[in-house]
Amino acid sequence: MRSRPLFLKLLSAVIVFGAWEIAGRIPVSNAFPTFVESMLALVTLTLDGTMFTAYVETLKPLVVGVAISAALGIGLGIWIGLSSKFDWLFSPIFIVMQSAPLAALIPLLIIAYGIGLTSKVFVVCIMAMPVIVLNTSSAVRNTPTSMIEMGRAFLGTKLDIILRIIIPSASPIIFSGLRLGISAGFIGAILAELKITPTGVGDIISFSRSIADYPSMYAAIFSIILLAVLFLNLLEKIEKVLFKGNIRGYASD
Amino acid sequence: MPQTKEVIATPDTREIDYAVRARGISKSFGDVEALRNLSLDFPRGQLTSVLGPSGCGKTTLLKIIAGLLAPTSGEVEVNGKPVTGPGPDRAFVFQDFALLPWASTLRNVAFGLELRGVAKSERESIAEKYIRDFGLTGFENSYPHELSGGMRQRVGLARALSVDAQVLLMDEPFSAVDEQTRRKFQEDLLSLVQQENKTFIFVTHSIEEAVYVSDQVAILLPRPSRVSEIIRPTSFRNKGTDSIRRDPEYLDIVDKIWESLRSYVE
Repeated sequence: MRSRPLFLKLLSAVIVFGAWEIAGRIPVSNAFPTFVESMLALVTLTLDGTMFTAYVETLKPLVVGVAISAALGIGLGIWIGLSSKFDWLFSPIFIVMQSAPLAALIPLLIIAYGIGLTSKVFVVCIMAMPVIVLNTSSAVRNTPTSMIEMGRAFLGTKLDIILRIIIPSASPIIFSGLRLGISAGFIGAILAELKITPTGVGDIISFSRSIADYPSMYAAIFSIILLAVLFLNLLEKIEKVLFKGNIRGYASD
Repeated sequence: MPQTKEVIATPDTREIDYAVRARGISKSFGDVEALRNLSLDFPRGQLTSVLGPSGCGKTTLLKIIAGLLAPTSGEVEVNGKPVTGPGPDRAFVFQDFALLPWASTLRNVAFGLELRGVAKSERESIAEKYIRDFGLTGFENSYPHELSGGMRQRVGLARALSVDAQVLLMDEPFSAVDEQTRRKFQEDLLSLVQQENKTFIFVTHSIEEAVYVSDQVAILLPRPSRVSEIIRPTSFRNKGTDSIRRDPEYLDIVDKIWESLRSYVE
Protein backbone atom coordinates (compact mmCIF):
# COMPACT_ATOMS: atom_id res chain seq x y z
CA MET A 1 0.00 0.00 0.00
CA ARG A 2 1.43 3.33 -1.02
CA SER A 3 1.26 6.00 1.63
CA ARG A 4 -0.50 9.14 0.59
CA PRO A 5 2.02 11.97 0.38
CA LEU A 6 1.71 14.37 3.30
CA PHE A 7 1.88 17.31 0.92
CA LEU A 8 -1.30 16.29 -0.90
CA LYS A 9 -3.09 15.67 2.40
CA LEU A 10 -2.20 19.19 3.53
CA LEU A 11 -3.22 20.66 0.18
CA SER A 12 -6.55 18.90 0.43
CA ALA A 13 -7.09 20.38 3.91
CA VAL A 14 -6.07 23.86 2.69
CA ILE A 15 -8.61 23.68 -0.16
CA VAL A 16 -11.48 22.65 2.13
CA PHE A 17 -10.68 25.10 4.91
CA GLY A 18 -9.92 27.87 2.41
CA ALA A 19 -13.30 27.39 0.78
CA TRP A 20 -14.90 27.43 4.22
CA GLU A 21 -13.09 30.65 5.11
CA ILE A 22 -14.13 32.35 1.84
CA ALA A 23 -17.73 31.18 2.18
CA GLY A 24 -17.78 32.51 5.73
CA ARG A 25 -16.36 35.87 4.68
CA ILE A 26 -18.80 36.50 1.82
CA PRO A 27 -20.88 35.41 3.90
CA VAL A 28 -23.12 32.80 2.28
CA SER A 29 -25.41 33.09 5.29
CA ASN A 30 -25.41 35.02 8.52
CA ALA A 31 -25.51 31.68 10.27
CA PHE A 32 -22.26 30.53 8.64
CA PRO A 33 -19.07 31.61 10.43
CA THR A 34 -15.62 31.66 8.90
CA PHE A 35 -13.11 28.88 9.48
CA VAL A 36 -10.92 31.07 11.65
CA GLU A 37 -13.81 32.16 13.87
CA SER A 38 -14.87 28.55 14.31
CA MET A 39 -11.34 27.46 15.20
CA LEU A 40 -11.05 30.24 17.76
CA ALA A 41 -14.34 29.12 19.27
CA LEU A 42 -13.02 25.57 19.33
CA VAL A 43 -9.91 26.68 21.22
CA THR A 44 -12.03 28.64 23.72
CA LEU A 45 -14.41 25.72 24.27
CA THR A 46 -11.48 23.37 24.70
CA LEU A 47 -9.59 25.61 27.12
CA ASP A 48 -12.55 26.29 29.39
CA GLY A 49 -13.25 22.59 29.63
CA THR A 50 -16.70 22.68 28.02
CA MET A 51 -15.60 20.43 25.19
CA PHE A 52 -14.06 17.96 27.59
CA THR A 53 -17.18 17.53 29.73
CA ALA A 54 -19.31 17.40 26.58
CA TYR A 55 -17.26 14.53 25.16
CA VAL A 56 -17.44 12.57 28.38
CA GLU A 57 -21.22 12.64 27.87
CA THR A 58 -21.21 11.99 24.10
CA LEU A 59 -18.63 9.22 24.15
CA LYS A 60 -20.73 7.08 26.48
CA PRO A 61 -23.44 6.10 23.97
CA LEU A 62 -20.94 6.31 21.12
CA VAL A 63 -18.38 3.93 22.59
CA VAL A 64 -20.98 1.51 23.95
CA GLY A 65 -22.97 1.59 20.72
CA VAL A 66 -19.99 1.21 18.43
CA ALA A 67 -18.54 -1.61 20.56
CA ILE A 68 -21.86 -3.49 20.52
CA SER A 69 -22.33 -2.87 16.80
CA ALA A 70 -18.81 -4.03 15.95
CA ALA A 71 -18.80 -7.16 18.10
CA LEU A 72 -22.39 -8.21 17.53
CA GLY A 73 -22.39 -6.99 13.93
CA ILE A 74 -19.30 -8.95 12.90
CA GLY A 75 -20.47 -12.02 14.81
CA LEU A 76 -23.93 -11.97 13.29
CA GLY A 77 -22.49 -11.14 9.88
CA ILE A 78 -20.22 -14.18 9.96
CA TRP A 79 -23.10 -16.36 11.08
CA ILE A 80 -25.40 -15.02 8.36
CA GLY A 81 -22.66 -15.47 5.78
CA LEU A 82 -22.07 -19.08 6.77
CA SER A 83 -25.65 -20.22 6.90
CA SER A 84 -28.31 -19.47 4.35
CA LYS A 85 -31.01 -20.09 6.98
CA PHE A 86 -29.70 -17.28 9.13
CA ASP A 87 -29.35 -15.20 6.04
CA TRP A 88 -33.09 -15.51 5.42
CA LEU A 89 -33.84 -14.93 9.08
CA PHE A 90 -31.67 -11.89 9.79
CA SER A 91 -30.74 -10.12 6.57
CA PRO A 92 -34.19 -8.55 6.07
CA ILE A 93 -34.04 -7.04 9.57
CA PHE A 94 -30.81 -5.26 8.81
CA ILE A 95 -31.88 -4.18 5.37
CA VAL A 96 -34.98 -2.60 6.93
CA MET A 97 -32.85 -1.05 9.68
CA GLN A 98 -30.50 0.41 7.11
CA SER A 99 -33.21 2.13 5.14
CA ALA A 100 -35.44 3.16 8.05
CA PRO A 101 -35.93 6.91 8.55
CA LEU A 102 -34.31 6.89 11.96
CA ALA A 103 -35.18 10.42 13.02
CA ALA A 104 -38.85 9.55 12.64
CA LEU A 105 -38.47 6.41 14.71
CA ILE A 106 -36.73 8.04 17.65
CA PRO A 107 -40.03 8.91 19.42
CA LEU A 108 -40.82 5.18 19.43
CA LEU A 109 -37.46 4.41 21.01
CA ILE A 110 -38.11 7.05 23.66
CA ILE A 111 -41.48 5.48 24.47
CA ALA A 112 -39.86 2.08 24.76
CA TYR A 113 -36.57 2.90 26.46
CA GLY A 114 -36.95 6.37 27.91
CA ILE A 115 -34.63 9.29 27.41
CA GLY A 116 -31.55 7.78 29.01
CA LEU A 117 -28.42 6.12 27.73
CA THR A 118 -30.27 3.05 26.42
CA SER A 119 -32.16 4.96 23.76
CA LYS A 120 -29.01 6.74 22.63
CA VAL A 121 -27.08 3.50 22.41
CA PHE A 122 -29.94 2.13 20.32
CA VAL A 123 -29.71 5.04 17.92
CA VAL A 124 -25.96 4.52 17.52
CA CYS A 125 -26.49 0.78 16.95
CA ILE A 126 -29.28 1.26 14.43
CA MET A 127 -27.00 3.59 12.49
CA ALA A 128 -23.83 1.53 12.77
CA MET A 129 -24.84 -2.11 12.78
CA PRO A 130 -26.61 -2.77 9.45
CA VAL A 131 -23.67 -1.89 7.24
CA ILE A 132 -21.29 -3.88 9.45
CA VAL A 133 -23.55 -6.94 9.38
CA LEU A 134 -24.32 -6.75 5.67
CA ASN A 135 -20.70 -6.17 4.63
CA THR A 136 -19.45 -8.97 6.85
CA SER A 137 -22.03 -11.46 5.66
CA SER A 138 -21.46 -10.77 1.99
CA ALA A 139 -17.69 -10.95 2.44
CA VAL A 140 -18.00 -14.28 4.23
CA ARG A 141 -20.31 -15.62 1.57
CA ASN A 142 -17.92 -14.57 -1.17
CA THR A 143 -14.88 -16.40 0.17
CA PRO A 144 -13.32 -18.06 -2.90
CA THR A 145 -14.60 -21.64 -3.07
CA SER A 146 -11.21 -23.05 -3.92
CA MET A 147 -9.72 -21.63 -0.71
CA ILE A 148 -12.36 -23.36 1.36
CA GLU A 149 -11.86 -26.58 -0.61
CA MET A 150 -8.14 -26.21 -0.01
CA GLY A 151 -8.78 -25.95 3.73
CA ARG A 152 -10.93 -29.07 3.65
CA ALA A 153 -8.54 -31.01 1.41
CA PHE A 154 -5.68 -30.31 3.83
CA LEU A 155 -7.79 -31.55 6.73
CA GLY A 156 -8.79 -28.25 8.31
CA THR A 157 -11.63 -28.49 10.82
CA LYS A 158 -14.68 -26.27 10.37
CA LEU A 159 -13.29 -23.91 12.99
CA ASP A 160 -9.86 -23.86 11.29
CA ILE A 161 -11.50 -22.94 8.02
CA ILE A 162 -13.55 -20.15 9.60
CA LEU A 163 -10.66 -18.70 11.63
CA ARG A 164 -7.75 -19.22 9.25
CA ILE A 165 -9.41 -18.85 5.87
CA ILE A 166 -12.86 -17.26 5.87
CA ILE A 167 -12.29 -14.45 8.36
CA PRO A 168 -8.90 -13.29 7.05
CA SER A 169 -10.25 -13.51 3.52
CA ALA A 170 -13.29 -11.43 4.46
CA SER A 171 -11.32 -8.96 6.56
CA PRO A 172 -10.83 -6.19 3.97
CA ILE A 173 -14.58 -5.94 3.42
CA ILE A 174 -15.33 -6.42 7.12
CA PHE A 175 -13.02 -3.49 7.83
CA SER A 176 -14.60 -1.33 5.18
CA GLY A 177 -17.97 -2.13 6.76
CA LEU A 178 -16.54 -1.17 10.14
CA ARG A 179 -15.34 2.13 8.78
CA LEU A 180 -18.73 2.94 7.26
CA GLY A 181 -20.55 1.67 10.34
CA ILE A 182 -18.45 3.63 12.78
CA SER A 183 -18.84 6.87 10.85
CA ALA A 184 -22.59 6.25 10.83
CA GLY A 185 -22.33 5.61 14.58
CA PHE A 186 -20.80 9.06 15.08
CA ILE A 187 -23.72 10.56 13.18
CA GLY A 188 -26.08 8.49 15.33
CA ALA A 189 -24.52 9.70 18.58
CA ILE A 190 -25.03 13.34 17.64
CA LEU A 191 -28.49 12.65 16.24
CA ALA A 192 -29.44 11.03 19.53
CA GLU A 193 -28.28 14.07 21.47
CA LEU A 194 -30.17 16.41 19.19
CA LYS A 195 -33.37 14.38 19.13
CA ILE A 196 -33.60 12.69 22.53
CA THR A 197 -32.06 14.86 25.22
CA PRO A 198 -29.56 17.61 24.57
CA THR A 199 -26.38 16.43 26.26
CA GLY A 200 -22.72 16.54 25.39
CA VAL A 201 -21.68 17.74 21.96
CA GLY A 202 -25.27 17.75 20.75
CA ASP A 203 -26.06 20.15 23.56
CA ILE A 204 -23.28 22.54 22.49
CA ILE A 205 -24.64 22.42 18.94
CA SER A 206 -28.27 23.08 19.83
CA PHE A 207 -27.51 25.56 22.62
CA SER A 208 -25.09 27.61 20.48
CA ARG A 209 -27.61 27.67 17.68
CA SER A 210 -30.34 28.91 20.00
CA ILE A 211 -28.20 31.85 21.16
CA ALA A 212 -26.88 32.46 17.60
CA ASP A 213 -23.30 31.63 18.64
CA TYR A 214 -22.60 30.06 15.27
CA PRO A 215 -18.81 29.77 15.61
CA SER A 216 -19.27 27.57 18.70
CA MET A 217 -21.87 25.48 16.91
CA TYR A 218 -19.56 24.85 13.97
CA ALA A 219 -16.65 24.27 16.33
CA ALA A 220 -18.62 21.44 17.93
CA ILE A 221 -19.55 19.95 14.55
CA PHE A 222 -15.95 20.26 13.41
CA SER A 223 -14.68 18.52 16.55
CA ILE A 224 -16.89 15.48 16.05
CA ILE A 225 -15.80 15.16 12.41
CA LEU A 226 -12.17 15.45 13.48
CA LEU A 227 -12.64 12.75 16.09
CA ALA A 228 -14.32 10.47 13.54
CA VAL A 229 -11.50 10.96 11.03
CA LEU A 230 -8.83 10.29 13.65
CA PHE A 231 -10.62 7.16 14.75
CA LEU A 232 -11.00 5.85 11.19
CA ASN A 233 -7.30 6.43 10.59
CA LEU A 234 -6.52 4.43 13.70
CA LEU A 235 -8.75 1.63 12.42
CA GLU A 236 -6.90 1.61 9.11
CA LYS A 237 -3.58 1.29 10.96
CA ILE A 238 -4.92 -1.64 12.97
CA GLU A 239 -6.08 -3.33 9.78
CA LYS A 240 -2.67 -2.89 8.15
CA VAL A 241 -0.91 -4.43 11.12
CA LEU A 242 -3.33 -7.35 11.38
CA PHE A 243 -3.57 -8.30 7.71
CA LYS A 244 -0.39 -7.20 6.03
CA GLY A 245 -0.50 -9.28 2.86
CA ASN A 246 -4.19 -8.71 2.33
CA ILE A 247 -3.83 -5.18 1.11
CA ARG A 248 -3.39 -6.12 -2.53
CA GLY A 249 -5.74 -8.58 -4.15
CA TYR A 250 -5.88 -12.28 -4.64
CA ALA A 251 -3.23 -14.47 -6.17
CA SER A 252 -5.69 -15.80 -8.68
CA ASP A 253 -6.58 -12.38 -10.06
CA MET B 1 -20.88 -42.68 -33.90
CA PRO B 2 -20.83 -45.18 -31.07
CA GLN B 3 -22.07 -43.82 -27.76
CA THR B 4 -20.08 -46.18 -25.62
CA LYS B 5 -16.84 -47.90 -26.45
CA GLU B 6 -15.63 -50.93 -24.63
CA VAL B 7 -12.84 -50.16 -22.23
CA ILE B 8 -9.80 -51.53 -23.91
CA ALA B 9 -6.34 -52.45 -22.71
CA THR B 10 -7.49 -53.25 -19.20
CA PRO B 11 -4.34 -54.46 -17.43
CA ASP B 12 -4.41 -57.63 -15.41
CA THR B 13 -5.61 -56.42 -12.03
CA ARG B 14 -3.81 -59.10 -10.08
CA GLU B 15 -0.37 -58.01 -11.15
CA ILE B 16 -0.66 -54.32 -10.47
CA ASP B 17 -0.88 -52.73 -7.06
CA TYR B 18 -3.48 -50.02 -7.11
CA ALA B 19 -3.28 -47.08 -4.76
CA VAL B 20 -6.66 -45.69 -5.68
CA ARG B 21 -9.64 -47.50 -7.11
CA ALA B 22 -12.88 -45.84 -8.15
CA ARG B 23 -15.77 -48.25 -8.52
CA GLY B 24 -19.08 -47.51 -10.14
CA ILE B 25 -19.01 -43.81 -9.38
CA SER B 26 -22.10 -41.82 -10.29
CA LYS B 27 -22.62 -38.20 -9.44
CA SER B 28 -25.57 -35.99 -10.17
CA PHE B 29 -25.97 -32.32 -9.44
CA GLY B 30 -29.75 -31.94 -9.34
CA ASP B 31 -30.92 -33.06 -12.75
CA VAL B 32 -27.48 -32.89 -14.29
CA GLU B 33 -25.71 -36.20 -14.41
CA ALA B 34 -21.99 -35.50 -14.23
CA LEU B 35 -20.68 -39.06 -13.90
CA ARG B 36 -22.39 -42.38 -14.54
CA ASN B 37 -21.08 -45.67 -13.26
CA LEU B 38 -17.44 -44.76 -13.74
CA SER B 39 -14.73 -47.18 -12.70
CA LEU B 40 -11.04 -46.46 -12.89
CA ASP B 41 -7.95 -47.80 -11.14
CA PHE B 42 -4.79 -45.89 -10.41
CA PRO B 43 -1.55 -47.91 -10.19
CA ARG B 44 0.68 -47.10 -7.23
CA GLY B 45 3.74 -44.99 -7.86
CA GLN B 46 2.57 -43.97 -11.30
CA LEU B 47 1.02 -40.96 -12.89
CA THR B 48 -2.44 -41.43 -14.32
CA SER B 49 -3.95 -38.58 -16.18
CA VAL B 50 -7.64 -38.07 -16.65
CA LEU B 51 -8.22 -36.45 -19.99
CA GLY B 52 -11.37 -35.27 -21.59
CA PRO B 53 -13.23 -32.39 -23.18
CA SER B 54 -14.52 -29.67 -20.92
CA GLY B 55 -17.62 -30.60 -18.99
CA CYS B 56 -16.82 -34.30 -18.96
CA GLY B 57 -16.67 -34.43 -15.17
CA LYS B 58 -12.95 -34.96 -14.74
CA THR B 59 -12.65 -32.37 -11.99
CA THR B 60 -15.76 -33.83 -10.34
CA LEU B 61 -14.07 -37.24 -10.34
CA LEU B 62 -10.94 -35.75 -8.79
CA LYS B 63 -12.93 -34.01 -6.07
CA ILE B 64 -14.75 -37.24 -5.29
CA ILE B 65 -11.41 -39.01 -4.92
CA ALA B 66 -10.23 -36.13 -2.71
CA GLY B 67 -13.31 -36.56 -0.53
CA LEU B 68 -14.44 -33.00 -1.24
CA LEU B 69 -17.57 -34.25 -2.97
CA ALA B 70 -19.60 -37.31 -2.06
CA PRO B 71 -20.57 -39.55 -4.98
CA THR B 72 -24.29 -40.19 -5.51
CA SER B 73 -23.40 -43.86 -5.73
CA GLY B 74 -20.26 -45.93 -5.98
CA GLU B 75 -17.13 -45.96 -3.91
CA VAL B 76 -13.55 -44.79 -3.96
CA GLU B 77 -10.88 -46.78 -2.16
CA VAL B 78 -7.48 -45.41 -1.25
CA ASN B 79 -5.07 -48.13 -0.14
CA GLY B 80 -8.03 -50.44 0.27
CA LYS B 81 -9.90 -48.12 2.59
CA PRO B 82 -13.12 -46.45 1.42
CA VAL B 83 -13.04 -42.66 1.15
CA THR B 84 -15.52 -40.83 3.35
CA GLY B 85 -13.90 -37.40 3.27
CA PRO B 86 -10.52 -35.72 2.87
CA GLY B 87 -7.70 -37.72 4.40
CA PRO B 88 -4.00 -37.53 5.23
CA ASP B 89 -3.24 -39.96 2.40
CA ARG B 90 -4.22 -37.43 -0.27
CA ALA B 91 -3.07 -33.90 -1.13
CA PHE B 92 -4.60 -31.57 -3.66
CA VAL B 93 -3.08 -29.14 -6.15
CA PHE B 94 -5.55 -26.53 -7.37
CA GLN B 95 -5.99 -25.08 -10.80
CA ASP B 96 -6.20 -21.54 -9.40
CA PHE B 97 -3.44 -22.31 -6.83
CA ALA B 98 -5.75 -21.55 -3.85
CA LEU B 99 -3.02 -19.71 -1.96
CA LEU B 100 -3.82 -17.49 0.98
CA PRO B 101 -3.21 -13.95 -0.29
CA TRP B 102 -2.44 -12.66 3.20
CA ALA B 103 0.15 -15.34 3.92
CA SER B 104 3.82 -15.41 2.96
CA THR B 105 5.27 -18.17 0.78
CA LEU B 106 6.60 -19.83 3.91
CA ARG B 107 3.22 -19.87 5.61
CA ASN B 108 1.42 -20.95 2.45
CA VAL B 109 3.78 -23.89 1.92
CA ALA B 110 3.46 -24.84 5.58
CA PHE B 111 -0.32 -24.32 5.67
CA GLY B 112 -1.21 -27.97 5.09
CA LEU B 113 0.98 -28.89 8.05
CA GLU B 114 -0.45 -25.98 10.06
CA LEU B 115 -3.96 -27.41 9.59
CA ARG B 116 -2.66 -30.78 10.75
CA GLY B 117 -1.45 -29.21 13.96
CA VAL B 118 2.28 -29.60 13.32
CA ALA B 119 4.32 -27.30 15.58
CA LYS B 120 5.49 -24.08 14.00
CA SER B 121 9.24 -24.73 14.03
CA GLU B 122 8.82 -28.23 12.67
CA ARG B 123 6.45 -27.29 9.88
CA GLU B 124 8.60 -24.35 8.89
CA SER B 125 11.70 -26.47 8.60
CA ILE B 126 9.80 -28.95 6.41
CA ALA B 127 8.45 -26.06 4.33
CA GLU B 128 11.98 -24.63 3.96
CA LYS B 129 13.11 -27.88 2.40
CA TYR B 130 10.34 -27.81 -0.21
CA ILE B 131 10.88 -24.11 -0.81
CA ARG B 132 14.47 -25.02 -1.75
CA ASP B 133 13.41 -28.00 -3.86
CA PHE B 134 10.96 -25.90 -5.81
CA GLY B 135 13.36 -23.04 -6.43
CA LEU B 136 11.51 -20.55 -4.25
CA THR B 137 14.50 -19.63 -2.11
CA GLY B 138 14.58 -15.90 -1.52
CA PHE B 139 10.80 -15.60 -1.79
CA GLU B 140 9.94 -17.07 1.64
CA ASN B 141 8.51 -13.78 2.83
CA SER B 142 6.85 -12.72 -0.41
CA TYR B 143 3.11 -12.65 -0.69
CA PRO B 144 1.35 -14.48 -3.55
CA HIS B 145 0.59 -11.27 -5.44
CA GLU B 146 4.32 -10.60 -5.60
CA LEU B 147 5.00 -13.93 -7.33
CA SER B 148 4.63 -14.88 -11.00
CA GLY B 149 1.96 -17.39 -12.01
CA GLY B 150 4.52 -20.16 -12.31
CA MET B 151 5.94 -19.44 -8.87
CA ARG B 152 2.49 -19.41 -7.33
CA GLN B 153 1.84 -22.89 -8.61
CA ARG B 154 5.22 -24.02 -7.31
CA VAL B 155 4.03 -22.81 -3.91
CA GLY B 156 0.87 -24.88 -4.44
CA LEU B 157 2.95 -27.94 -5.36
CA ALA B 158 5.31 -27.44 -2.43
CA ARG B 159 2.34 -27.23 -0.07
CA ALA B 160 0.90 -30.47 -1.44
CA LEU B 161 4.23 -32.32 -1.20
CA SER B 162 5.10 -31.03 2.27
CA VAL B 163 2.22 -32.93 3.88
CA ASP B 164 3.78 -36.13 2.51
CA ALA B 165 0.59 -37.74 1.25
CA GLN B 166 0.91 -40.89 -0.84
CA VAL B 167 -1.55 -39.69 -3.44
CA LEU B 168 -1.29 -36.34 -5.20
CA LEU B 169 -4.42 -35.05 -6.85
CA MET B 170 -3.72 -32.37 -9.42
CA ASP B 171 -6.57 -30.42 -10.98
CA GLU B 172 -5.31 -28.90 -14.24
CA PRO B 173 -2.36 -27.58 -12.26
CA PHE B 174 -0.53 -26.08 -15.23
CA SER B 175 -3.43 -24.59 -17.13
CA ALA B 176 -3.11 -21.16 -15.56
CA VAL B 177 0.61 -20.75 -16.27
CA ASP B 178 2.27 -19.66 -19.48
CA GLU B 179 3.35 -22.13 -22.17
CA GLN B 180 7.08 -22.05 -21.44
CA THR B 181 6.61 -22.45 -17.71
CA ARG B 182 4.17 -25.26 -18.43
CA ARG B 183 6.77 -27.18 -20.45
CA LYS B 184 9.26 -26.79 -17.65
CA PHE B 185 6.67 -27.97 -15.13
CA GLN B 186 5.90 -31.03 -17.24
CA GLU B 187 9.57 -32.00 -17.34
CA ASP B 188 9.90 -31.40 -13.61
CA LEU B 189 6.80 -33.45 -12.98
CA LEU B 190 8.36 -36.44 -14.74
CA SER B 191 11.37 -36.37 -12.46
CA LEU B 192 9.13 -35.81 -9.45
CA VAL B 193 7.17 -38.96 -10.30
CA GLN B 194 10.46 -40.85 -10.55
CA GLN B 195 11.94 -39.52 -7.31
CA GLU B 196 8.92 -39.60 -5.06
CA ASN B 197 7.22 -42.91 -4.61
CA LYS B 198 3.81 -41.33 -4.88
CA THR B 199 0.72 -41.91 -6.93
CA PHE B 200 -0.23 -38.96 -9.10
CA ILE B 201 -3.69 -38.33 -10.46
CA PHE B 202 -3.51 -35.58 -12.99
CA VAL B 203 -6.53 -33.93 -14.56
CA THR B 204 -5.89 -32.07 -17.78
CA HIS B 205 -7.59 -31.03 -20.99
CA SER B 206 -4.33 -30.96 -22.95
CA ILE B 207 -3.76 -34.10 -24.99
CA GLU B 208 -0.04 -33.45 -25.45
CA GLU B 209 0.42 -32.78 -21.76
CA ALA B 210 -1.43 -35.96 -20.77
CA VAL B 211 0.59 -38.17 -23.12
CA TYR B 212 3.85 -36.47 -22.19
CA VAL B 213 3.60 -36.88 -18.42
CA SER B 214 1.52 -40.04 -17.97
CA ASP B 215 2.17 -43.69 -17.33
CA GLN B 216 -1.51 -44.17 -18.03
CA VAL B 217 -4.01 -41.92 -19.76
CA ALA B 218 -7.70 -42.38 -19.02
CA ILE B 219 -9.94 -40.74 -21.58
CA LEU B 220 -13.29 -39.56 -20.34
CA LEU B 221 -16.14 -38.85 -22.68
CA PRO B 222 -19.00 -36.59 -21.64
CA ARG B 223 -22.77 -36.71 -21.27
CA PRO B 224 -22.75 -38.69 -19.09
CA SER B 225 -19.10 -39.25 -18.36
CA ARG B 226 -17.54 -42.62 -18.50
CA VAL B 227 -14.07 -43.94 -19.18
CA SER B 228 -13.89 -44.57 -22.88
CA GLU B 229 -10.32 -45.73 -23.16
CA ILE B 230 -7.17 -46.31 -21.15
CA ILE B 231 -3.89 -45.86 -22.93
CA ARG B 232 -0.53 -46.90 -21.52
CA PRO B 233 2.39 -45.50 -23.46
CA THR B 234 5.21 -48.04 -23.43
CA SER B 235 8.22 -47.15 -25.46
CA PHE B 236 9.15 -43.56 -24.69
CA ARG B 237 8.64 -43.38 -20.95
CA ASN B 238 12.23 -44.27 -20.14
CA LYS B 239 13.91 -42.24 -22.82
CA GLY B 240 15.08 -38.73 -22.01
CA THR B 241 12.57 -35.93 -21.54
CA ASP B 242 14.02 -34.22 -24.62
CA SER B 243 13.12 -36.93 -27.07
CA ILE B 244 9.57 -37.70 -25.96
CA ARG B 245 7.93 -35.09 -28.14
CA ARG B 246 9.66 -36.54 -31.24
CA ASP B 247 8.91 -40.16 -30.42
CA PRO B 248 6.66 -41.85 -33.04
CA GLU B 249 4.58 -43.57 -30.37
CA TYR B 250 4.00 -40.24 -28.61
CA LEU B 251 2.84 -38.67 -31.84
CA ASP B 252 0.62 -41.63 -32.71
CA ILE B 253 -1.08 -41.61 -29.32
CA VAL B 254 -1.69 -37.86 -29.48
CA ASP B 255 -3.27 -38.30 -32.93
CA LYS B 256 -5.33 -41.24 -31.85
CA ILE B 257 -6.70 -39.43 -28.78
CA TRP B 258 -7.59 -36.42 -30.86
CA GLU B 259 -9.45 -38.72 -33.26
CA SER B 260 -11.62 -40.04 -30.47
CA LEU B 261 -12.19 -36.66 -28.83
CA ARG B 262 -12.75 -34.40 -31.82
CA SER B 263 -16.41 -35.28 -32.28
CA TYR B 264 -17.13 -34.16 -28.70
CA VAL B 265 -15.63 -30.73 -29.10
CA GLU B 266 -18.02 -28.09 -30.33
